[in-house]
Amino acid sequence: MADLIAETPWVVLVIALPLAGALAAFALRRFAVPIGFAAGMATAAATLGLVARVALHGPAGHRVGGWEAPLGIGLAADGLSALMLAMTATIGLGVSVYARPYFAPSPDKACAFWPLLLLLWTSLNGLFQAQDIFNLYVTLELLGISAVALVALAGTGPALIGAMRYLLVSLSGSLAYLTGVALFYHAYGTLDLGLLAERNAGGLPVAVPLAAMIAGMLLKTGLFPFHVWLPPAHGSARAPVSALLSALVVKASFYVLLRLWFTFQPEAGGIAVLLGTLGSVAVFWGSLQALRQRRLKLLVAYSTAAQLGYLFLAFPLAGGDPVLCWGGSIYLALSHALAKSAMFLAAGSIMMEEGHDDIDDLDRVVERMPLTLGAFALAGISLAGLPPSGGFVGKWMLLQSAMEQGMWHWALVLIAGGVLTAAYVFRVLGFAFTESDHEHEEHAVPRTMQWTALALALGAVSLGFVAPWALPLLEGVLP
Amino acid sequence: MTSGLVYATGGVALLAIGIWALVLRAHLMRKILALNIMASGVFLLLVGSGAMGGAGVDPVPQAMVITGIVVSISSTALGLALILRIAKITGHAALPEDRIRAAAETEPD
Repeated sequence: MADLIAETPWVVLVIALPLAGALAAFALRRFAVPIGFAAGMATAAATLGLVARVALHGPAGHRVGGWEAPLGIGLAADGLSALMLAMTATIGLGVSVYARPYFAPSPDKACAFWPLLLLLWTSLNGLFQAQDIFNLYVTLELLGISAVALVALAGTGPALIGAMRYLLVSLSGSLAYLTGVALFYHAYGTLDLGLLAERNAGGLPVAVPLAAMIAGMLLKTGLFPFHVWLPPAHGSARAPVSALLSALVVKASFYVLLRLWFTFQPEAGGIAVLLGTLGSVAVFWGSLQALRQRRLKLLVAYSTAAQLGYLFLAFPLAGGDPVLCWGGSIYLALSHALAKSAMFLAAGSIMMEEGHDDIDDLDRVVERMPLTLGAFALAGISLAGLPPSGGFVGKWMLLQSAMEQGMWHWALVLIAGGVLTAAYVFRVLGFAFTESDHEHEEHAVPRTMQWTALALALGAVSLGFVAPWALPLLEGVLP
Repeated sequence: MTSGLVYATGGVALLAIGIWALVLRAHLMRKILALNIMASGVFLLLVGSGAMGGAGVDPVPQAMVITGIVVSISSTALGLALILRIAKITGHAALPEDRIRAAAETEPD
């Protein structure tokens, strides 16, 4: 058994399985749903194997075609990759289970959904294991293309316009990143992250390309003031797609940012403070916008813009204990993925049942869908950072880091942001318990969909208990 | 002026033209074309980074450019398909915010 875990090429399997599934589901349209579902399960199982491999035997790697760096393409999974892959597999699994009954009424949409979902999964798994900066570019582009196509799947006017804006932003961000790749290659003659870290001599040859890459990634992550494309795209897509975008896709560009930061370890105090400040503004601006929204899905989408802000608080705190600041930020990213996917899936169930998602007209929906509202509330607990949720652990670590270094202003952002989050979550819950004179027709929502959202929300809350096992994985990865 | 420098300056100029058109032009077709021009600019930068390495030509940037072209073709195709759908549903091949701005400037686009 131990040999099986150590010897199986999990690194390759987690990319090959969803890719094969995507191609098969696309070629055999009639069987797209069973093929897609089976490939999703297989990918999740392979990810479990990879995480076990990394946890028991340390980082795993693979040289594609046996070619060594600098010419070959390297794939590797360390602790950070393993955590990100585990997050992708969990959300991918949840969305797969949810999407089967969700798309059952519209089989043509289902045929298009499954290949795109698996392609998205493939590119995420490739991105989290990429070892060179050009491979990161290719996987980012694959991710962007499949994400845009998934938004357009809804087919409505707002969704298509949201998808178009998303495509323009995504391509501009990638081109900024590719400019950085060209400049790095010119300066150091290599693309490999490890070799770049060795040859890193600081100064302008690092600063200019790194700045172009960071700008591109901020655009793709949707950090304030680059967030304008995010809420319309995430809010107008179909529910499983919104869950994927908010939980995973924006995290991918954040992950690239982290990798670049860890590789080059720039002595840029000013940039770090700027990133932290933009993050703080995002927390306040996104939360206030979320409070103002009339539609549930837009509220959840603006909440994503706000929650992403917290992740950037780690940059100005990096002078302290790296486990506290980076670990806290990564843990927040993981718990946000679980909580936000639960929220979007719950919002999708509400929309299916009610036929609309106006917050003011929720009309005691809690009596009809207690499971779904329970999922929404539990996810809200994690987003607001109440114990024992994963959000609490992440925020607590960041708070501790801020206090140890006497930077109380960042701590203030964390606390005030939590209060604002609680405010918009309770706004939804309040209307879910009150009566309104809205006329609505009720549609039955499959139990599977409701339970999936609840399971993800429970995952977000119980993530707080997993921290003692998850955080040691980051040893040796953090600077 | 070495050939590498020619590529690099050409690339930066194309990037600038592309960004200008991407921001200021309302028609979506022009925005997609602008992104293509930006991509060509970056590809020239890549080619230039290989040519300046010294004697001979470095093959790695060429491989990167070919991959980049494939990516660029796919995203252009996706963009064009989206434009067609948007024009069919909304009757305009422009984003709403650009249409409002274009109307304010009363400039036919």
